[in-house]
Amino acid sequence: MSLLRVDSLSVQTSDTVLVSNLSFSLAPGERLGLIGESGSGKSLTALAMTGLLPRQLDASGSVLLAGEEVIGGSDRQLNTLRGTAVAMVFQEPLTALDPLMRVGKQIAEPAARRAKRDGTPIMGGALDATVIDLLLEVALPDPQRIAQAYPHELSGGQRQRVAIAMALACKPDLLIADEPTTALDVTTQAEILGLLDGLVRKRDMALLFISHDLPVVANTVERVVVLRRGETVETGLVADVFAQPRHDYTRSLLQAARSFDDALGGKR
Amino acid sequence: MSLIRVDDVSFGYTADRRILDGVSLDIAAGDTIGLVGESGSGKTTLLRLLLGLERPNAGSISFDGAPLEPGNGPFMRQFRRQAQVVFQDPYSSLDPRQRVFSIIAEPLRSLRIAGDHAVAVASALAAVGLDPDTAKRYPHQFSGGQRQRIAIARAIVAKPRLLLADEAVSALDLTTRVRIVELLAELSKDMSLLFVSHDIGVVAALCQRIVILEHGRIVEQGETANVLAAPQHSYTQRLLASVPRLTLKET
Amino acid sequence: MTDITLPSPPTKAKHTISLTFWGGIVLVGIHIVLALLTLVWLPYDPNAFTGGRLDGASLSHWIGTDRLGRDLFTQLMIGSRIALQVGIGAVAIGALIGVTLGTLSAFASKWLDDALAATLDILIAFPTLLIAMLVVAASDTANLWSAIVALGIALSAIVARLTRILVKRVLVMDYITAARTSGSSWGKIVFIHILPNIWPTLSVNFALQFGLAVIAEASLSYLGLGAPPPNASWGRMLQEAQGTVYSAPLGAIAPGLALVSLAIGVNLLADGLRDQIDPTRRNR
Repeated sequence: MSLLRVDSLSVQTSDTVLVSNLSFSLAPGERLGLIGESGSGKSLTALAMTGLLPRQLDASGSVLLAGEEVIGGSDRQLNTLRGTAVAMVFQEPLTALDPLMRVGKQIAEPAARRAKRDGTPIMGGALDATVIDLLLEVALPDPQRIAQAYPHELSGGQRQRVAIAMALACKPDLLIADEPTTALDVTTQAEILGLLDGLVRKRDMALLFISHDLPVVANTVERVVVLRRGETVETGLVADVFAQPRHDYTRSLLQAARSFDDALGGKR
Repeated sequence: MSLIRVDDVSFGYTADRRILDGVSLDIAAGDTIGLVGESGSGKTTLLRLLLGLERPNAGSISFDGAPLEPGNGPFMRQFRRQAQVVFQDPYSSLDPRQRVFSIIAEPLRSLRIAGDHAVAVASALAAVGLDPDTAKRYPHQFSGGQRQRIAIARAIVAKPRLLLADEAVSALDLTTRVRIVELLAELSKDMSLLFVSHDIGVVAALCQRIVILEHGRIVEQGETANVLAAPQHSYTQRLLASVPRLTLKET
Repeated sequence: MTDITLPSPPTKAKHTISLTFWGGIVLVGIHIVLALLTLVWLPYDPNAFTGGRLDGASLSHWIGTDRLGRDLFTQLMIGSRIALQVGIGAVAIGALIGVTLGTLSAFASKWLDDALAATLDILIAFPTLLIAMLVVAASDTANLWSAIVALGIALSAIVARLTRILVKRVLVMDYITAARTSGSSWGKIVFIHILPNIWPTLSVNFALQFGLAVIAEASLSYLGLGAPPPNASWGRMLQEAQGTVYSAPLGAIAPGLALVSLAIGVNLLADGLRDQIDPTRRNR
């Protein structure tokens, strides 16, 4: 029984088609990567999974998340899915956090909401303890101090960990990560990817990982869908697609990635 | 004979925080050097100092043996004829209200370079692989990769001896990135190149020498192949270990 | 490198906006035509007592006469010319002072900039009309030019503030740094790169201030601080018609409508301008 099932998803405006006929599915605990360059529609796809597309855009087709239809769903219905079945981590840690709220409070909000929905509300000291636990889970040292800090007092990497903690607070079955490390330094990126990998395994979450960075995707997911201008170009196991790409576009992407990868290995 | 010599340069906006600390670097004619660092390493600041946009607090920068004097008009005009720059963001480095011809010709006008500007612009456009009628259009009509080519055309129109690139391909798609790197490699046959980047893969593909910057200090430098094969400093090692590789892990 | 670039708004909206632009052009156009006409032709001599007192509309006097028997339509036309003179003059003076101050402030050292910004904020806090009245009173003469200069000075504070922030925004753009490394002097940079890029937003502001200036001048004239006859403006017409507004309403309605139509027209133009401002939008 798949956790997420996308069937012929199309996203368009009145005169342009941004995503066309996209289909894929994700089982619980599975990891799927959406690869695409700019204009491929990958970020729009991520938003469509939770019904968060901007109002000017029309979505058609079917997105079944935990058995519920997302396309055309009412906000009330979708709100029960968001923050329980699915949580998202975005690219830009600077804008993903409220600059005027302490970080601890921002994590407490989704945690409290989830607990309430589960029928076991937590408050006060118990809530604080939960926040600290989450901060420790994302490997932030000195969690008491961090919980009291404002976003601008933290580094990019720390902010992204906080964003991940907020996502984890929802205890989601599916984690959608849209270019979560693109805005980070290389060393920080490696740490965050390692963190995500560990968390996804430990909590047995499904992961929908969106990126343009092929090596990153290669090391993070099991299956890939390659997008180009809204269309599916190729899908399959990452090992297969990367070793033997069938489509010209995939081939050119891999060639490009390989040229830099080879240079790192010493060939020029 | 070095083109640019950076001698023990330090810089900071405030007394307590030093962005650059005792940096020394030599750029010779024909060099392609990659300056690698993460955020806070000071690489952009070093670039600004090299361009004469700021003065170092300590140490000196000299060009062709003569110390850089940002306040000296004629000297800077001479200097800027020889050293030009390409920026990271193709969307903010071109004046949206100017036609491409004006954009590319600006160095020719401001640096008072004699000769037929129309010919120079056309030849610069050809060198970066753009159609001649690109000159009549506005920047917004072009993609990121094309805009970057326009920016490069502007940088090479005065035929400088040194091209400085500040994360010139970081904002580009992968396939476009490869093409621009190839273009820069081609151009670096006729001019020296200092390529500032956080992306070691790109630097490895393009530059003969590599300089690693951490917290305002050069921690390692040398021939790219050597440094990649046998990094000496712990930071370099950590950096190289962090770069995601295409070879798949055992799942 | 975000993927999400929203496409341009649906075509239906574009038509609605063009309509407002056209509405603005028509309204303002009527006044421009009337104003230009006064340079070559007037129905009557504005000072001559050509009709009965407080006559209603008739074929010979299209909107009647005032309490002294002077033709109202002639006065209305002259009022259009005055209004446009005031609008253009005040905005031009405000622009000259404001853009210069704002640009200097954007380049100034932090302390000078902060001091200037604070001063401008204080000036902006005063109602435009009040400042204009102060300037007119200080200048000792009440004529059209003193009113225009006074309004120009009053408007310049907002222009300066706006210019300052727009220039600062442009200064951090890479193309400015590129201009510097291309060897361009700061003077060149200001005129070739900065001013053209801030002009679109400023022009919308000027259009709006035009309307404000016209209304402000009408207020000044209404209070007796504006131009004396024969340069009577709509404000003065309103003041003179005050006493007889029940017996001869046209004397007040006509200048009132004229004022409102010009102000609305200018605002519609400003709305339409706002949508035309980018070369990037034009080609979508």
